[in-house]
Amino acid sequence: MTEMQKLYLLVPLAPLFGAIVAGLFGKVVGRVGAHSVTILGVAVSFLASIVIFQDVQAGNVFNGTLYTWATSGSLTLEVGFLIDSLTVMMMLVVTFVSLMVHIYTIGYMSEDPGYQRFFSYISLFTFSMLMLVMSNNFLQLFFGWEAVGLVSYLLIGFWYTRPTAIFANMKAFLVNRVGDFGFLLGIGLIAAFAGTLNYAEVFAKAGEMAGMTVPSTGWPLITAICIGLFIGAMGKSAQVPLHVWLPDSMEGPTPISALIHAATMVTAGIFMVARMSPLFELSETALSFVLVIGATTALFMGFLGIVQNDIKRVVAYSTLSQLGYMTVALGVSAYSAAVFHLMTHAFFKALLFLGAGSVIIGMHHDQDMRNMGGLWKYMPITWFTSLLGSLALIGFPFLSGFYSKDMIIEAVKLSHIPGASYAYFCVIVGVFVTAFYSFRMYFLVFHGEERFGKHVEHDAHHDEGHAHDGHADQDHDDHHDDHAHHGLAPGQKPHESPWVVTLPLVLLAVPSVVVGFLTIEPMLFGGFFDKVIHISESHGVLKELAEEFHGAVAMGVHGLMTLPFALAMSGVVLAWFFYMIAPSIPAAIMRTFKPIHTLLENKYYFDRFNEIVFAGGARLLGRGLWKFGDQAVIDGMVVNGSAKFVGFIAQLSRLFQSGHIYQYAFSMIFGVVILLTFWFNRG
Amino acid sequence: MTGIPFLSLAIWVPIVGGLLALATGSDRNASVARFVALFFALAGLAVSIPLYTGFDVSTSAMQFVEAYQWIPRFNINYVLGVDGISVLFVLLNSFITVIVVVAGWEVIQEKVSQYMAGFLIMSGLINGIFSALDGVLFYVFFEASLIPLFIIIGVWGGPNRVYAAIKFFLYTLAGSLLMLVALLYLFMESGGSFSILDWHQLKLGMDAQTLIFWAFLASFAVKVPMFPVHTWLPDAHVEAPTGGSIVLAAIGLKLGAYGFLRFSLPIAPDASQAFAPMMITLSLIAVIYIGFVALVQTDMKKLVAYSSISHMGFVTLGFFIFNPLGVEGALVQMISHGFVSGAMFACIGVLYDRMHSRQIADYGGVVNVMPKFAALFMLFSMANSGLPATSGFVGEFMVALGAVQYNFWIGFAAATTLIVGAAYTLWMYKRVVFGAITNHHVSELTDINNREFVFLAILAVCVLVMGIYPYPITEVMHASVNDLLKHVFVSKL
Repeated sequence: MTEMQKLYLLVPLAPLFGAIVAGLFGKVVGRVGAHSVTILGVAVSFLASIVIFQDVQAGNVFNGTLYTWATSGSLTLEVGFLIDSLTVMMMLVVTFVSLMVHIYTIGYMSEDPGYQRFFSYISLFTFSMLMLVMSNNFLQLFFGWEAVGLVSYLLIGFWYTRPTAIFANMKAFLVNRVGDFGFLLGIGLIAAFAGTLNYAEVFAKAGEMAGMTVPSTGWPLITAICIGLFIGAMGKSAQVPLHVWLPDSMEGPTPISALIHAATMVTAGIFMVARMSPLFELSETALSFVLVIGATTALFMGFLGIVQNDIKRVVAYSTLSQLGYMTVALGVSAYSAAVFHLMTHAFFKALLFLGAGSVIIGMHHDQDMRNMGGLWKYMPITWFTSLLGSLALIGFPFLSGFYSKDMIIEAVKLSHIPGASYAYFCVIVGVFVTAFYSFRMYFLVFHGEERFGKHVEHDAHHDEGHAHDGHADQDHDDHHDDHAHHGLAPGQKPHESPWVVTLPLVLLAVPSVVVGFLTIEPMLFGGFFDKVIHISESHGVLKELAEEFHGAVAMGVHGLMTLPFALAMSGVVLAWFFYMIAPSIPAAIMRTFKPIHTLLENKYYFDRFNEIVFAGGARLLGRGLWKFGDQAVIDGMVVNGSAKFVGFIAQLSRLFQSGHIYQYAFSMIFGVVILLTFWFNRG
Repeated sequence: MTGIPFLSLAIWVPIVGGLLALATGSDRNASVARFVALFFALAGLAVSIPLYTGFDVSTSAMQFVEAYQWIPRFNINYVLGVDGISVLFVLLNSFITVIVVVAGWEVIQEKVSQYMAGFLIMSGLINGIFSALDGVLFYVFFEASLIPLFIIIGVWGGPNRVYAAIKFFLYTLAGSLLMLVALLYLFMESGGSFSILDWHQLKLGMDAQTLIFWAFLASFAVKVPMFPVHTWLPDAHVEAPTGGSIVLAAIGLKLGAYGFLRFSLPIAPDASQAFAPMMITLSLIAVIYIGFVALVQTDMKKLVAYSSISHMGFVTLGFFIFNPLGVEGALVQMISHGFVSGAMFACIGVLYDRMHSRQIADYGGVVNVMPKFAALFMLFSMANSGLPATSGFVGEFMVALGAVQYNFWIGFAAATTLIVGAAYTLWMYKRVVFGAITNHHVSELTDINNREFVFLAILAVCVLVMGIYPYPITEVMHASVNDLLKHVFVSKL
């Protein structure tokens, strides 16, 4: 093993070591021990990733096996690493955001009794996510895929005494399993027809597979594989209709909302499709499917962000919408644009979430934006970094989100694959929606009237009452509906968070502002991903864009004069007008368009549909099969029936064993007569 | 190979140990009985380990063969041997015996010597089943191993044990008799041989194969259990003491599945292929139908029992798709299920010992008072839902891949277990372990003691190691499985 290979190994193992120490020996090492060892582990991992990044820049790509996991027939299942530009970019994003979140957690979870457990989980997550992105085969990909799902499950249910949290985590796991179902079938088809699960070997056979169909279905093989894999991505990256788990995942502590449910895990699906570009490029149908799903998610989840009052849920719906943008980019074969947006989004969305968390600390665990307002005075660092994050999110020129989102919009505009015009409509309207809900939140939280310290009546029908981010002390759990336990008391003022919280905000604000400007040229047009991402000739939207690209500065200046910028600005202005100048207007609109508002408030009734049809249906089916199939038919009729039949025969035969000689004698005579009859008639 | 008869030792050491434990008599000597049992269980495991370490993975031939005459007049012999299919089950059985002895340590306070003796003797007999190469010897072990289990359920079982025992008896009776007829028929046809390996080479017509296939099916399907002859299992589990449930799930269910590979497939390959669609259908019904039934159970033991049936559906599915992934995945699934279901029943036993209830509704919030237990139970629940890096994933993954390879729709149906299996397991876990405490009995629970921690932790290590590095297990099977599959595709007609 070379030095470099040892370094590869160190990247996932360092966080794993931290997770094991903090998890199994949490009592021994104590709080300081637990956060020190996990932070050290992730820091080592981050530094190693930087070294590996330089190595990859120098042209060294690694694809090798670590160990053979199992073999069967001609199929060899292995664990191994593929280290190339895509991997190393993901490694940097994951370890950097994870490091920030680890530091932030010291402040956020300082009063929580599950402190060590939390650090153990987030380090375990980092390990799993790294195994996912560093994999060179589908088996390990699936391992990482499910392992991040497990940690997400554990973290959403971190405050395990809350009914909403433990409902949300189970829901998240099961919805993801629906996606994994498709994912597994995709992998199964690959194993069956390529005879290997190693990426490079599968890609080498892609051309050969393109002509095949799946026996007994008649589907084109590549399309079936890609759609199967993408269904997995729909679960993990929360695309419609498998998005339902992500808003509920906000039940988890805020640091993990930032790390798992915004920056890293939910982007695993995007990463995976980009990694599989040699397969997806061979199926126009699959790409169209990806495009339409992504566009729908981008726009319609954005709408939901408008009606949320819980600060975390606004950011959650924004995440859904942005994931939709990335998916759209995948659909138009602009893989590197998707990955680019993934990276910029990881920074500014982690920033927004951690900013929201800082606000929640300042508000003493009140998450309702209607109780906020004017916080900029009290929390200057949080305010300013959140402003930068929001600007980056809406695509304000020169900030990172501008470069990545604009590229996606331009790419969709140039694309000709079926669904592209629908997608263009969605992403362009989405720009306005994004700006509106982002700045609605911004103004409600940081500006305007100071509404905290008063008790506000809440709509009883909405589940925000459960969504509070508090600590798991028994007191809160017993009355988690009782708002008196959250929020600021009358006369109390919010306060800026401690440095362990604000430092990560500042460190995340920097890349949120500059990373797009600095990296757009190398990442999209400089051939950074050339050897990794494969784009067929007919899908060359990025090539066309490259011809129009004249540097990041020119693009930024030009950006000030485009339609998306105008839409974003009108969203901001409208939010300012509605929530700062004339707050009566939104209320009036809400009344006028009551049905639409109800539809949005109920999240298009996805949850209710799933609960009634799938959850209820499964229980009904189970009960029916059990009561009717097992108990009535099999047990009632066959098993107990045969027991009764045996009993019945026994009852009958008992009649003959009476013990009376004359009865036996009569039977004998009767039998002899019958036998004699046969005897005489035998011939 | 050394001359030490490891297989005989693996059979007779536990049986002798059981008799010695029995000899300690009344409960005044209970602790002596416990230590005797533990010593012999460990000795049984110790003599089984060389079977693995000395195993030659390059051959499909029987290894560690021992052959002695038993009843020469009928050509009945005491012939033992293991191949890549059976060797792992001898190890698993010897291992589970140790777990069961430790699991029953303080829990069983009445008739301790008989309890321990029952498990040890059963362990020896089951090792006999997996290593017998003579039809009559197999039959004797197969039937004799039921007696200890009957006694264990009957003496230490729950209130409704008589119904459960009768139900089990009704189910097995018909099957066993038919199997005996099949064995005698094969004896005749083969010109007076009870050697199972001879029978593998025996030419048989399609009618004969069909009858033999059904005769064996009647016996093995009940043991697996396959749909629709599965309803005895939930009742037996509910009534059985924890140790009985562990052995029944971990080992008992494997006997039938093993029978398919040792008898049905190689002796009646053409019939096996002809009836494969039916077997696959029944397996898929087990996976899906039983999965939904498991979802609505209110009794934890019943839920895990149904989940066992569903997992065993994956095993029979793997066998009858006749590809290496399927068969090896099924074997891996059998081993894994031994650990995971054993651990699940052990966990339920831990709760039952404290609360004397198996009803999910009586629990809730256990994690607040039993965090160590909750962590281990979480691991086993995840393994039960087939999470990667646990043993539960390996077999399911392999069988699912094999099924997709065989036919996309069969793979599709099988893969639904990913959703349903997770649903019933995690829903139970949520209701039992998570949440706030609502029942004051739960608030008085104490976390697992050192003894409980040790045996659950050992199982946890097995589950994880097998999930992370299953290679040593799959490696053992290749030669035998490939040989078996080659054999299945050569017509005997």
